[in-house]
Amino acid sequence: MQLVINGQEKDLQSSATITLMLKELDITGSHIAVALNFQVVPRSNYDQTPLHEGDKVEIVHAVGGG
Amino acid sequence: METAVKTESNLKIADKVFSSRLIVGTGKYASFEQNRQALEISGAEMITVAVRRIELDKTKESILNYIDPEKYTLLPNTAGCYSVKETVMTAELAREAGLGNFVKVEVIGDEKTLFPDNEATLEASKLLVKDGFHVLPYCSDDVVLCKKLEDIGCSAVMPLAAPIGSGLGIRNPYNIKLILEAVNVPVIIDAGVGTASDASRAMELGVGGLLMNTAIAGAKDPLKMAQAMKLAVLSGRLAYEAGRIPRKLYATASSPIDGLIDI
Repeated sequence: MQLVINGQEKDLQSSATITLMLKELDITGSHIAVALNFQVVPRSNYDQTPLHEGDKVEIVHAVGGG
Repeated sequence: METAVKTESNLKIADKVFSSRLIVGTGKYASFEQNRQALEISGAEMITVAVRRIELDKTKESILNYIDPEKYTLLPNTAGCYSVKETVMTAELAREAGLGNFVKVEVIGDEKTLFPDNEATLEASKLLVKDGFHVLPYCSDDVVLCKKLEDIGCSAVMPLAAPIGSGLGIRNPYNIKLILEAVNVPVIIDAGVGTASDASRAMELGVGGLLMNTAIAGAKDPLKMAQAMKLAVLSGRLAYEAGRIPRKLYATASSPIDGLIDI
């Protein structure tokens, strides 16, 4: 399935939900957040939120800043 | 006998009380370890972070792996946002990422000066206050604007002293004084401090606190500067509370006039 993740086109095999996508991308940190098609997805919904061909996903975390 | 005096009061922002009036950024350090040490030395209890895309093909290390989240209140910023929509979404992502309920609203209006878009700042702050955030907006040193930001429920106002990263110091202390007179929420100087004397001077005006990043991270020795800033903020605050002598044009002798020898 083709997804656009953080602006990059990605072809993922087993990412039917956000939880599975994070697993496939090997993103394990707790302090992350996900937006799907410009809507922030609550962490408690990762398991139930399906992904579809062409979805735009943003995965963010905290970085140094002032 | 008491040999040291303490400042009279703490900095209270929303529901949190801070004994340090210095808020420190986490950008531009040479390493996470240097950053961690600088934070520790500065004595800061609130630190800013930015929210950015995870780099998918790189190691996913975060500043949060290096600091004790119990020790600091995080103040995620919306740096780099140019619109209300981006700003609100960045704040929501920060909260969802577990960075807490505080947000430094920063809506940039001009790339060259990094001056804020005050109209968008007011609008975004309004939306985020309604959404339950404790909003600390980075804004111009404008008393009318700061009053409006207080009126819509911001937990503090954070006027700039000079452009971000410029190190020019407090360019308009009179504006800061007017803001201090006009608002009841804490006034925190955000941006513009270059060295310790700038920090002291700001604190001597009576501001609630100071937020700085480049002044420490960009110094030749960031750890020494972190210590210098800690002391400067403290001494500036003490001097404010102590109440300085009035400025006079002519001298006033410190030694008694009476009892001079008569030759």
